[in-house]
Amino acid sequence: MNSIGEGLWQAARLVATLNPDLVEITALSLRVSLGATVVASCIGLPLGAWLAVNRFPARRFVIAILNALMGLPPVVVGLIVYVLFSRSGPLGVLGLLFTPTAMVIAQVIIITPIIASVAHQAIRDLWADYHDLLISLQATRLQRIKTLLWDGRRALMTASLAGFGRAIGEVGAIMIVGGNIDHATRVLTTAIALETGKGEFDMALALGFVLIGLAILVNLGLHFISRTERGARW
Amino acid sequence: MSGWVSLSGVTVRRRGRTILGPLDATLNGGGLTILMGPNGAGKTTLLRVLHGLERVNTGDVHWTDPKDADGRSQGFVFQTPVLMRRSVLDCIAYPLLLDGVSRTQAREQARAHAAEVGLTVNLDQAVTFLSGGEKQKMALARALMRRPRILFLDEPCANLDGRSVKEIEEILHRIKAGGTRILMSTHDMGQARRLADDVLFLHAGKLVEQSNGDDFFRSPRTAEAKAYLKGEILL
Ligand SMILES: Nc1ncnc2c1ncn2[C@@H]1O[C@H](COP(=O)(O)OP(=O)(O)O)[C@@H](O)[C@H]1O
Ligand SMILES: [Mg+2]
Repeated sequence: MNSIGEGLWQAARLVATLNPDLVEITALSLRVSLGATVVASCIGLPLGAWLAVNRFPARRFVIAILNALMGLPPVVVGLIVYVLFSRSGPLGVLGLLFTPTAMVIAQVIIITPIIASVAHQAIRDLWADYHDLLISLQATRLQRIKTLLWDGRRALMTASLAGFGRAIGEVGAIMIVGGNIDHATRVLTTAIALETGKGEFDMALALGFVLIGLAILVNLGLHFISRTERGARW
Repeated sequence: MSGWVSLSGVTVRRRGRTILGPLDATLNGGGLTILMGPNGAGKTTLLRVLHGLERVNTGDVHWTDPKDADGRSQGFVFQTPVLMRRSVLDCIAYPLLLDGVSRTQAREQARAHAAEVGLTVNLDQAVTFLSGGEKQKMALARALMRRPRILFLDEPCANLDGRSVKEIEEILHRIKAGGTRILMSTHDMGQARRLADDVLFLHAGKLVEQSNGDDFFRSPRTAEAKAYLKGEILL
């Protein structure tokens, strides 16, 4: 109880004084997670939409794979990326291990299936609603996809947000591929793990509160963007 | 007698059951043709076949004028209006956006069409907020955007109150007067009486009777039509 109060107090102090370490760690957390969300959205959103409107023999198989990938333990993803990018690994020459780029790659693998899956469900429902109309109006395949993506944009934003939420709170994979190196690959979650390990619960809690605050802020921001959008109020 | 569309040997089978046909028919003249029959008779299926929404298992549909065959020159109003997640105005404008018309121009025309069908609500609100009758008018205005040569309506008044029904019927009269052919399904006998120039009576997927409206209601020829007009339940 006392400890939580201390954590809140310290969090407030760290934020108020713009503690340089905190700022650096937070900035990297945002950079890595937002970067991963953008990349994963570029892959996952079109993939989900495409799966929703196209009938092809392997469709069910691809969806099953997607659902299975959603359950991938992040630690295992981290391990695989680590092996791939380690000095003796197939991608070792790139020298990406223990860099933010490696962390982004690991997170992209973790959140792309989530984003694709949420997008798939949303677009599938929308397609069921719109199907007859779009066929009746002879919309081309491209026009159909564009219409569904546009009218489903809120749901798609939710899909990306779900991915971001997963990414910003993820610790297992980025710990392995990033190494939690001070001033290089340390992010909020790995710093929390470190402080907790050291027994510095106040600091760990302070970082935890910053993390929660950040997640809420990003959600509110996106919510606000979609609310103030002009045109139809959806 | 030459018609504008004819069906020959058309059957539609779904899940091992023949839900329409075998059907041979020729639709004549202009005006408003009513598709009548009890629930499950195949009215919706026939409309969808004509509009190219439903694949036929056998037979074919022949359009006399190739211009009529183009789905873009046909409008379709579904029994349940398809609501896009857009404002009323953007919903109505949508077909023109597909045709590459600018959004400003499309919305301008949509406004005109909304007025044409007597849709006097705030057109900038989301379409889901409309009442049943207003939604149906929205769908009608949208179906008219491409100035169709043929308009299909699937029980457009099924869930509407008397006042909305009357308004819709008046609009249909005006559309017909403008030279658009209308093919509309209904199982509302009163409505059929009021509107029909011609009647197609379907039962159990088959075309049972085809005649002009007056003849159909005054002297139906088949036992099924007689029974239906008397209000008996057809199984
Ligand atoms: N996709 C489908 N699969 C199976 N049965 C269908 C399908 N579509 C329609 N039917 C059946 O075909 C029959 C005719 O349907 P419909 O054309 O909707 O009749 P109506 O519009 O006259 O009420 C009904 O018994 C309906 O259940
Ligand atoms: Mg029907």
